[in-house]
Amino acid sequence: MSAIAKQSKAAGKKRSKSQETWRRFKKNTRAVVGLGIVAVLVLCAVLAPILAPYGPNEQNPRNRLQGPSAEHWFGTDELGRDILSRIIYGARISMSVGLIAICISLIGGVALGAIAGYYGGTADNIIMRCMDVLLSIPTILLNISIVAALGSGLQNVMIAIGVSSIPGYCRIVRASILSLRDQDFVEASRAAGASDFFLITRHILPNCMAPLIVQATLRIGAAILSCASMSFLGLGIVPPTAEWGSMLSTGRDFLRDAPHVCIFPGLAIMAAVFSMNLVGDGLRDALDPKLKD
Amino acid sequence: MSSEKLLEIKNLTVHFESFDATVHAVENLNLSLRHGETLGLVGETGAGKTTTVKSVMRILPEPPAKIVSGEILFDGQDLLKLPIKEMRKIRGKQISMIFQDPMTSLNPVMTVAEQIAEVIRLHEKCSKKEAHKKACDMLELVGIRPERGSDYPHQFSGGMKQRVVIAMALACNPRFLIADEPTTALDVTIQAQVLELMKKLKAQYQTAMVMITHDLGIVAEICDYVAIMYAGEIVEYGTREHIFNHTGHPYTKGLFACIPDIFTEQNELVPINGLTPDPTDLPVGCRFHPRCPYATEQCAKEHPANFEIEPGHYVACHLARSGGNDNV
Repeated sequence: MSAIAKQSKAAGKKRSKSQETWRRFKKNTRAVVGLGIVAVLVLCAVLAPILAPYGPNEQNPRNRLQGPSAEHWFGTDELGRDILSRIIYGARISMSVGLIAICISLIGGVALGAIAGYYGGTADNIIMRCMDVLLSIPTILLNISIVAALGSGLQNVMIAIGVSSIPGYCRIVRASILSLRDQDFVEASRAAGASDFFLITRHILPNCMAPLIVQATLRIGAAILSCASMSFLGLGIVPPTAEWGSMLSTGRDFLRDAPHVCIFPGLAIMAAVFSMNLVGDGLRDALDPKLKD
Repeated sequence: MSSEKLLEIKNLTVHFESFDATVHAVENLNLSLRHGETLGLVGETGAGKTTTVKSVMRILPEPPAKIVSGEILFDGQDLLKLPIKEMRKIRGKQISMIFQDPMTSLNPVMTVAEQIAEVIRLHEKCSKKEAHKKACDMLELVGIRPERGSDYPHQFSGGMKQRVVIAMALACNPRFLIADEPTTALDVTIQAQVLELMKKLKAQYQTAMVMITHDLGIVAEICDYVAIMYAGEIVEYGTREHIFNHTGHPYTKGLFACIPDIFTEQNELVPINGLTPDPTDLPVGCRFHPRCPYATEQCAKEHPANFEIEPGHYVACHLARSGGNDNV
């Protein structure tokens, strides 16, 4: 028996890093639940035409503002469109806005923060003062001005939302790097012949993943909502298009008589944010070798 | 042993410049080392030992550090004049360094084998697999089971971490190894193991080494030559026998007086009075004179030059020059 145990242990040792991370991720029930919800949402987005019982823009004025029923599980909105179908189609836009905007701000914020934190001095001053300028402008105003400059449309909204949340990531990364930059292991790697780029990407950034993952997963919800408010202002997604945020904002007018018009898109946004958060937390723990087993 | 010089430091001066003061960390320092030799660099905290070796590696933070003058010849080429790209090729491959604290000199989010393999891959063209294999061989060499390569640094004890650090430093068979107080953070038994290991590996690879320490016991065990540093200068240099048996400089004598002698009955050790001078405001003349029990008027005025009291044994002291050192 001990031979078998030994063998399985030896096999366990040979697992690659990603397998090892997955193994630890699986142990975390909440994270797996989160991943399940994310998977469902992604599936909705991909398979929308197959899954949705009605078309997203199919109007039926006779059935307007109906509550949930067997025909329309989530009820209908003010134009008699099926809310479930609109949520399923909306997943396409909302999820992609959330993810792409976060990617833009992550890439920009991490790169700028890393340069500012690692090199310090003048580079730090220039970058951080620019970030301060961005931070001093209210987010919505900044979004509006970027979209106004680039022209409206989904793509530009994503860029606007991404750019306006760069400062948050930039500050997080800079702060982490300031504390990591002078660590002995960084100096040791430099003494072993590593270049600055190598040091930052291989040694410093992996050590500041935890706050980044948490920030990124939390900001996905904020990005979806920003996109909604942009749509509400007429700068983002044009009305007939199904999008969770804009469904929420049009539903506001009927909140007293037909709350379900708001509740279901709201729940969808909540599910997206919540599940991303769970996945983020799980990922953070699975990637931290000190919390191993 | 070849007589050709591997490393030669000439007139090295390093300052740390801040808003209101200049710290004279290293002043006019000369050193040389041949293939396969070990030099002990001994001195109190703040004497400039680490600054000296970091300027050889060129990993001093600049600014505030500034290498004011000097040459560092490694194999005949001046490291201070090399472009940074060339310097990176030398770091880790030709010259590598062991850091003082093994607890912090390993990256907590990478497995130890990855970290060793990384050094190999920085300098040698080989596949990930080959590098990993070699990393495991290195671990075995320093007495760690190769299977443990996939463990993370926090899963090792302090002594084992230092072995990993040594394996990393030796991964590319460097010709010159800098050990910056490699045993200071370890307890005595582990210290002995690590020293034994370093001695063995040094003999095996014929690596030249500079060992920074403030422990004269380590010097006696491992070093061929000894340089005693005080306030940024080398005050005495010679072979191990010279330093231990014909101590020339009053400061070195002071250091020896601080070691308990088990063969004679001693009630109290004799410390060196005072503190190391403020490096922003060094005393005029001999830097040791305010603390020196034998100081004369000349010491307070004139900076002593190196004086060869016997072949290969240099002392920077006026008393040594006047031949009075036998009496002190």
